[in-house]
Amino acid sequence: MASLKVYGKTYSTNVTRVLTTLAEKNVDDYQMVPIDLLTGANKTPEYLKLQPFGQIPAFQDGDFTLYESRAIARYISDKYEGQGTALSGNTEREKALVNQWLEVESQNYNPCAGKIVFECVFAQILAGRPTDEAVVKEQLEKLEKILDVYEARLTHHKYLAGDFFSLADLAHIPVTNNLINVAKKGELFSSRKHLNAWWEDISSRPSWQKVLQIIQAGQQQK
Amino acid sequence: MTIKIYGMPYSTCTARVLATIAEKEVEDYELVPVDLSVGAHKKPEFLKMQPFGMIPVLQDSHLTIYESRAIARYISDKFESQGTPLFGKTVKDKALVNQWLEVESQNYNPCVSSIVYQLVFAPMHGRQGDETVVKQQLEKLEKVLDIYEAHLSKNKYLAGDFFSLADLSHIPYTYYLVNVAKKGDGITSRKHVSAWWEDISSRASWKTVTAKMNAKV
Repeated sequence: MASLKVYGKTYSTNVTRVLTTLAEKNVDDYQMVPIDLLTGANKTPEYLKLQPFGQIPAFQDGDFTLYESRAIARYISDKYEGQGTALSGNTEREKALVNQWLEVESQNYNPCAGKIVFECVFAQILAGRPTDEAVVKEQLEKLEKILDVYEARLTHHKYLAGDFFSLADLAHIPVTNNLINVAKKGELFSSRKHLNAWWEDISSRPSWQKVLQIIQAGQQQK
Repeated sequence: MTIKIYGMPYSTCTARVLATIAEKEVEDYELVPVDLSVGAHKKPEFLKMQPFGMIPVLQDSHLTIYESRAIARYISDKFESQGTPLFGKTVKDKALVNQWLEVESQNYNPCVSSIVYQLVFAPMHGRQGDETVVKQQLEKLEKVLDIYEAHLSKNKYLAGDFFSLADLSHIPYTYYLVNVAKKGDGITSRKHVSAWWEDISSRASWKTVTAKMNAKV
């Protein structure tokens, strides 16, 4: 029985952020424990002991429990430092740039992109209401400005932290997949040459392709 | 002096960095003021350093880093051997610090910064604060603080029995919530959250930051 467990469902971008990190580090030996928000499985006393905010994912390594996908990703990156892709940078400078772009994703990109995806894709299922177009418009305007900064950065650097793929790039993948392929906002990317090339590159990595297969398999099990 | 911090002491995010600098007992740095009132943070010279036009920014020789939590990590790593250890001692300690840094970032800060913006910073810039937003965010914050209360009834600090960057990261916005916006009831009415707040906000590092804040007024 695997000592690593990931609690959640693959429709969650926070869960797939963790799964992608596991794949990049060549970690296959883990168990997915379904916790479906739609059935309220995240609000049971047993689950709240693992994740008191009732969010997915939660993660266990033996009897050590951790939550927050970016913290879990860092833990996996550190624990499996000697295998798979190096995700955190090698020098003090590289590490600092990885951390900087992880924060940009967390503070600037994800709030905008996440809101657009929520409104366009999940508002009906999760909040029982139609898309709030005013919110979408407002967030798209913000995101356009943010993506202009990304385009400028990626004009001079192949990846966000420099010339190496890192956790900073990885952290963007799940939400960007939803933004482009589910919420159909691909023009944001296709209209920006270097941003688009970056997206083509990171989304065709074997780790993300593997996670896409896991997501599809999960959808077929309904 | 190789380290320069571009920012203002009254800025919560600059304060996060200054508090980290103080905890790590770093004295050899320069604080370079950025006059937000004249839009210095939106001028081309500044945007070259920080393309999103926000403070703070750190420069250390040829390295430029922005995002206060990333700067705090950098200082913590660079000065690992001095001052307060901010990531605990073990791999598990570090993981829990990272977890609570994310909780601050994803669950706590969005509520608190919204309240502080509506009640403190919006009026400062001649805008009316939105009472509906304040009410909604205070309700969200109550639920978050219930979880903090339960956790802090079993742990002295967020990541365990040691002060860490996770606790520090909460200080600047909580200071504004309690002392400036005067919406600190959620903090002071909960026994363990209150004790935690008293403890972390009376650290010497935070006192040096508030001294700088007040000196600038």
